[in-house]
Amino acid sequence: MGSSSSRINSIPDAQQLMQETGFSAAHIVRLHERFESLDTERRGELSQETVNFASFVRILAHFRPAERSRGSRGGAQQELANCTSRKLQFAFQLYDQDRDGKISREELLQVLRAMLGIQVTEEQLQSIVERAIQEADLDGDDAISFDEFKKSLAKVNVDHKMSTGFLR
Amino acid sequence: MCPLMGLLLCNQIIVQVQPPVHAMIWPPVGMENPIVACCQKVRRTAAQCQRSRCLSISITVWLTFLLVFFLAPAVLGVSLGLHRLYVATLLNVFEWVTLQMKMTAKEKNQQLDKPWRNGIIAKEASLSLQQGIQGFRGPSNCRSGFQVADILYFCHSGVESIVDDEVTKRFSAQELESWNLLTRSRCHFRHVGPQLTVLWALGILIRYGVLLPLRATLAATGIILLLILTTLVGFLPSRRLRFFLSQKVHLTCYRICARSLAAIVTYHNRENKPKNGGICVANHTTPIDVIILANDGRYSLVGQAHQGLLGMVQRAMAKSTHHIWFERSEVKDRHLVAKRLSDHVADKTKQPILIFPEGTCINNTSVMMFRKGSFEISGAVHPVAIKYDPRFGDAFWDSSKFGMVSYLLRMMSSWAMVCSVWYLPPMSREGGEDAVQFANRVKAAIAAQGGLVDLNWDGGLKRAKVKEAYKEEQQRLYSKVLVSELTQGGDDKHSKEENLEG
Repeated sequence: MGSSSSRINSIPDAQQLMQETGFSAAHIVRLHERFESLDTERRGELSQETVNFASFVRILAHFRPAERSRGSRGGAQQELANCTSRKLQFAFQLYDQDRDGKISREELLQVLRAMLGIQVTEEQLQSIVERAIQEADLDGDDAISFDEFKKSLAKVNVDHKMSTGFLR
Repeated sequence: MCPLMGLLLCNQIIVQVQPPVHAMIWPPVGMENPIVACCQKVRRTAAQCQRSRCLSISITVWLTFLLVFFLAPAVLGVSLGLHRLYVATLLNVFEWVTLQMKMTAKEKNQQLDKPWRNGIIAKEASLSLQQGIQGFRGPSNCRSGFQVADILYFCHSGVESIVDDEVTKRFSAQELESWNLLTRSRCHFRHVGPQLTVLWALGILIRYGVLLPLRATLAATGIILLLILTTLVGFLPSRRLRFFLSQKVHLTCYRICARSLAAIVTYHNRENKPKNGGICVANHTTPIDVIILANDGRYSLVGQAHQGLLGMVQRAMAKSTHHIWFERSEVKDRHLVAKRLSDHVADKTKQPILIFPEGTCINNTSVMMFRKGSFEISGAVHPVAIKYDPRFGDAFWDSSKFGMVSYLLRMMSSWAMVCSVWYLPPMSREGGEDAVQFANRVKAAIAAQGGLVDLNWDGGLKRAKVKEAYKEEQQRLYSKVLVSELTQGGDDKHSKEENLEG
């Protein structure tokens, strides 16, 4: 029978996570409960990629709705995980798996294969990738850089689409 | 003269005999210790007699209490009305607890934590994949085919499901709105002041000191009685007499077991109760569901033959009434199962079969997919909805956390097990409906009556991984969105198809 403050203290690095990500104490406690219920084998990490609780929270922090009224904070806002450029970077890294700053043809092919499985033939897959690169690649290097990626997402409201409605 | 002389002589002998006895009891100094030891022994024995008398008196009182207030009403089927009073008192206490917590919160200038019963996030209404992807591409972008922005849709849905999904939370205990003085409930204990702590300690004393021993004794009595009496009845020669008596025996023992778990049940719509033959289906939360339903009707049970205590109980029950116990090897043979069930149902003299089509225990906030096996048998199906009140104790059996014995002890040390049972009117398969659609229709009726969420997910996901077929279905839907790029035109046709599917 403890209070919520003792529950937050039982979570390692909770204060630091709150600073970094901007989640409230109640959110962190709640996410910790969720993490423990997903971690059925009690290893302290999820799935084969060994995501521990801190990484879990940091990844989810990208999906916090972006706050608008912090203009006076200036440079500090750039550090928060849920600002627009960080969200875009997160989405970019879903494609760019080797983290070389460019989405190559093979990477696009790999991601599309995961999304489509056996439902399309190899030729159809190649033609889809070809068309996508043609559309997005502006400097002709046969790969999509981060700026080109941002341009192709210019019309999408990234702040809204990449946010999960965390309740207050 | 002679008798007088004889009497005088006797007196003299007595007087002569007495002094030595006196000498034994009050000896001169030197012979004290053994006598003191003897005195002490006598005193100790007297004390022990006193203690054992106390013990026997208290046991007698206890047993009389048990007999008068629990066993006799169970045998006669009469209710003393004490349970309603108990429940009403507890509800008043819980309201007071909530008030206290609100006051403490106000003093600290904080809000009382509102439980996020609908999850930590607010989810938008679920759309089909086609509509979802279109929403992510942006309103001005109506080109078909692959867009780099598509990945945002999958990413967003994925993260939403990771943070909160409809299925995994059904396999753990339900969260309560306000505290019910049990530390085992999932609740926020932020504003518990000293008064509530005292009340909680009192609650522990009552539950573990009075309620638990009482209920455990009752349960033991019930099981022993069941075993003995069903075996005895099984020996009777006359079939009709055996049938008649076994029903009475079963009913009495179920009543005793129900009282031992403090089950306070309200039955609704009893006119819809299944009579002979037919199948009865219900949502499954705990093995106690069987006892609760059997308290108000006679059912044949279906299940796997177990070993140990449960196996003994099963064999004892099978001696006097018809139950369908399967060996482990037979369970896999679906035709055999179906045949045995159909034979039983067709025989109108037999009792209705009780089946839990979910196949596993769910936490009583939702009803999950019904296995179609029991709906393939011809005949009417009688649905029953069971809803437990979570304020008095969590009835859900989380088999990954508790074994059977620890679960029963938890139940006996909760406040009570308050539940409502609704008998729904019988349903039959309509023309053109297959078993799966019929099962879903019955499931929707049960969910609507019990106030539960109707889910199409399989309860087997509690233990098994998701089948690849689900992932392939999503891939198929997405490929339809993309492939329209390769086949010019036909977008409208595709979007119409998606709307029908989604």
